[in-house]
Amino acid sequence: MPLQLLAALALPWLAALALFALPNGRRNTAAAIAGGATLLAAALLAMQGPAVFAGDVPHVSWPWLPFEGADFGLRVDGLAWTFALLVLGIGALVVLYARYYLSADDPMARFYALFMVFMGAMLGLVLADNLLLLVVFWELTSISSFLLIGYWQDRADARRGARLSLTITALGGLALLGGVLLLGNIVGSFQLDAVLAAGEVVRAHPWYAPTLVLILLGAFSKSAQFPLHFWLPQAMAAPTPVSAYLHSATLVKAGVFLIARLHPTLAGTDLWFYVVSLTGLATLVTGAYIAMFQHDLKGLLAYSTISHLGLITLLFGLSTPLATVAGVFHILNHAIFKASLFMAAGVIDHETGSRDMRRLHGLHKYMPLTAVLAIVASAAMAGVPLLNGFLSKEMFFAETLQLDARPLLSVAIPLLATVAAAFSVAYSLRFIHDVFWNGEPVALPQNPHDPPFWMLVPIGTLAMLCLLVGILPALIVGPVLAVTAAPVVGGALPDYSLSIWHGFNLPLLMSVLALFVGVALYVMLQRLFRLHDLVHLPRGGREIFDATVAAAVRAARALTDLLVNGSVQRSVLLITLAALVLGLFTLLAPQPATAPLTAAATSAGPVAWTLWLLTLCSLAALIARHRERLEALVYLGVVGLAVSLTFGALSAPDLLLTQLLVEVASILLLLLALNFLPQRSSRTDPPRRRWRDAGLALGAGVGISTLVYAVLSRPRPDSLAPWFLENSVPGAFGTNAVNVILVDFRAFDTLGEITVLGLAAVLVAALLPHTKTAGNIKSPGAAAGAGRSLMLEITSRVMLPLTALVAVWFFLRGHNLPGGGFIGGLVLAIGLLLPSLGSGVDWVEQRSTPRFEAWIGWGLACATVTGLVSLALEHPFLTSAYLAPVLPVIDKVPIATAMFFDLGVFLTVAGAAALALTRLGRLSGAPHDGGRT
Amino acid sequence: MELLLATAIGAITATGIYLALRSRTFELVLGMTLISYAVNLFIFAMGRPVAGRAPILREGVPTTLEHYTDPLPQALVLTAIVISFAMTAVLIVVALKLREVSGGDHVDGGDPAGDSGRERGDP
Repeated sequence: MPLQLLAALALPWLAALALFALPNGRRNTAAAIAGGATLLAAALLAMQGPAVFAGDVPHVSWPWLPFEGADFGLRVDGLAWTFALLVLGIGALVVLYARYYLSADDPMARFYALFMVFMGAMLGLVLADNLLLLVVFWELTSISSFLLIGYWQDRADARRGARLSLTITALGGLALLGGVLLLGNIVGSFQLDAVLAAGEVVRAHPWYAPTLVLILLGAFSKSAQFPLHFWLPQAMAAPTPVSAYLHSATLVKAGVFLIARLHPTLAGTDLWFYVVSLTGLATLVTGAYIAMFQHDLKGLLAYSTISHLGLITLLFGLSTPLATVAGVFHILNHAIFKASLFMAAGVIDHETGSRDMRRLHGLHKYMPLTAVLAIVASAAMAGVPLLNGFLSKEMFFAETLQLDARPLLSVAIPLLATVAAAFSVAYSLRFIHDVFWNGEPVALPQNPHDPPFWMLVPIGTLAMLCLLVGILPALIVGPVLAVTAAPVVGGALPDYSLSIWHGFNLPLLMSVLALFVGVALYVMLQRLFRLHDLVHLPRGGREIFDATVAAAVRAARALTDLLVNGSVQRSVLLITLAALVLGLFTLLAPQPATAPLTAAATSAGPVAWTLWLLTLCSLAALIARHRERLEALVYLGVVGLAVSLTFGALSAPDLLLTQLLVEVASILLLLLALNFLPQRSSRTDPPRRRWRDAGLALGAGVGISTLVYAVLSRPRPDSLAPWFLENSVPGAFGTNAVNVILVDFRAFDTLGEITVLGLAAVLVAALLPHTKTAGNIKSPGAAAGAGRSLMLEITSRVMLPLTALVAVWFFLRGHNLPGGGFIGGLVLAIGLLLPSLGSGVDWVEQRSTPRFEAWIGWGLACATVTGLVSLALEHPFLTSAYLAPVLPVIDKVPIATAMFFDLGVFLTVAGAAALALTRLGRLSGAPHDGGRT
Repeated sequence: MELLLATAIGAITATGIYLALRSRTFELVLGMTLISYAVNLFIFAMGRPVAGRAPILREGVPTTLEHYTDPLPQALVLTAIVISFAMTAVLIVVALKLREVSGGDHVDGGDPAGDSGRERGDP
């Protein structure tokens, strides 16, 4: 039995997976998979019927979240059972209908896949035995309905409607999550059994009000309650099968389902009564009123849906046992007649090409079968006797008359209920009279006729149900209603009789009154006010929403334009200014009492003074002469050299090597680039701007100097340094602490960094055109032969193998002495460029063209696999191990596995640097119009 | 020595920012290169560097800060140097692309002065 439950829930999801894999052209297969899964799931759930009717609650659960009261559980009580069958039953009918509704151009498999995802989410929502699980499925329904509403992605109104519905329902979902977390905390468990049993504790708890409001916000947003109703009419841009499903039995019913589900826990206070019933009342009346003025068939049905959802909410708000039963009953009735009405509207749209009631007239002659079915369903919607809608509406009227304790509402609610019922008669009548009579069609795009037989079957089935329930209620729906309502009432069921005739009483009078007033209203609107000329655009939520979104976009755009107006100089200026201001702000803020300055200054030797002087002179020269670009490069090189030597002098041999090599590579890159750029900068900045920039730069420089000096003149705080030093050898088997950090302790960082490096190199390669495709390439000898030196040519060729050897040497010793993958890789990359410099690009290309992109790939793969191996051996990612394989001749070779990681670094760095350099080099090898001076 | 290091870093920063604020792509590249020197030196300086204590562990020497400098800033700077090289390469290529597309070497594309294109033609 537990497995049946799980299988029923899993079936739609499995079907969705299969459908995502199916080609869109396989229309019948797609429909068969979707329909088969739905029917099978329905059968599995129907098999739980005997147990549910016997009063059992079949359930199944597995441990889920790691705390008390949060299991992954499914639970089938009467409410869940009926709802699940409603979801699946109407789902199956819509699957059949959609097969004929969608055109050959629509991606069918994708439609059914999304449909199944939604159905699975909805099924999970009603079966969940845990509030957190319920919220998860709730969110899934929001997301999948977003995808379904926006199914016709090329239509702007569909995208807009989908976005709106997602925004509202997702915000509601957030509120619901908050409410559920509060509720779970009050109860001490998220399991439904515990929550349903804890009603008194919850209602007496100080958090009751916020909990209730948050949960109701979720439910109201989903069930399109006033004033959050405005997303529902916008969602009518969905394909009609989607509307028929989402807005009759499922999505919007999720809200009232939640209210019903938690009714025993949360209901029974004044707060509940006023909030729920007044919201329901407002929704009931406004929805019905606006529905009368809709010219669009689906728009009318949308507002009617809102109104009926309001009615259901109002009933749950009244919260008497009978009202609760009536609410549950109306959920069922509304699902049945509204699904068939949506499908009928879809048929009319499909066969005439229009949904506009100002053009659709007299269709009973052209589509008689559709007319009959639509009349039955809309009569049910209007609450005409002998149809299911009449019964629940009678019960509703009866309950509105039981409010003696609240004098004002005891008059207002029955009165407004009757008014709303009259409106609903009027719009139902409009749906029938306008479309099927009222003259002849006006300029329809297609010649109307009845649809294919199979499209009428789902509508017919539901219309038949309306009649059967309406005529033989006790026989057809009595037991189901009893078993469904029992968990909602939360105690013994009240006495009620499901019969058509209760004698002459006040509710019947209200019904008759509503019927007559409704007919009169329609006739009046039609005759006196020329209904078709009335344009009634409800203003409110949608406009506020649109205005908010538009304002947010405008503000964001204004801010962006203010900060980034397309000028690089302006951006650099703003960034510098911001840094300066923030820095000053920190300086001026009150300082915490720190340790006194301990000016344990180390004396500066002659080397330090020399480097300092060299740097400052070069910088001065750079500022003065930066417009002579070749010269500027020399000064830049000197600064870089000084920086490298500073690293070297201050106990950082690894940095010395790296900076030196990068310096060489950077200057080479800039020299190559200079081929394609002007050799001199033209002076375009006005002096005022130069002085302003100089002031700013000076400020930043002074700030940085102060900061550095302030740090260096204070005692050093505790740091991680001793840990790294201590664990370098025992933990990572290397004596070069810097390299150990790179390839072991912080190897994950390094992996990220070499990935960035590889990406940057690929970007460089992608941005530069391939010389091979650049057309006829002249020999660089001819282009630049004059400047070639035989000496350089010969040495560069000899140097390549030597450099490679040096690179490998640096790499191998890296774990214990200065060196490593970064340094070795850079050496190799520069070595690889040497022959191009000496002998020209073509000479190199004729001989070999290493694929440096592949080096990057292999390097990253090597580094990642090293990490994964340690993961496979159940150590954290990139844990190092010590190996000592005994090789022939060489004897024992002590290596740490971090070496393989470093090999990956080596390959990536070499590949990336070489790729950037050779690509730019090749470009310079190609003839360029006057690139050289 | 601290004072020398601090002023040098400040001077490199100032020059870098000044050049980065110029209107030509080449100067921007120079400026960014200088700024990355300054930033690397800055991070390095946060480890309180001293002479003669390279973090290459030797046998028999206690693994304390009395005998070795902090290896962590060095490791951070090492990768930063290589990344800034990659960034320089990307900047250069973007500058070349800009030149190809707009014909000028103004940082915002186009060439308000309009003289550098002609300048390039006559060596």
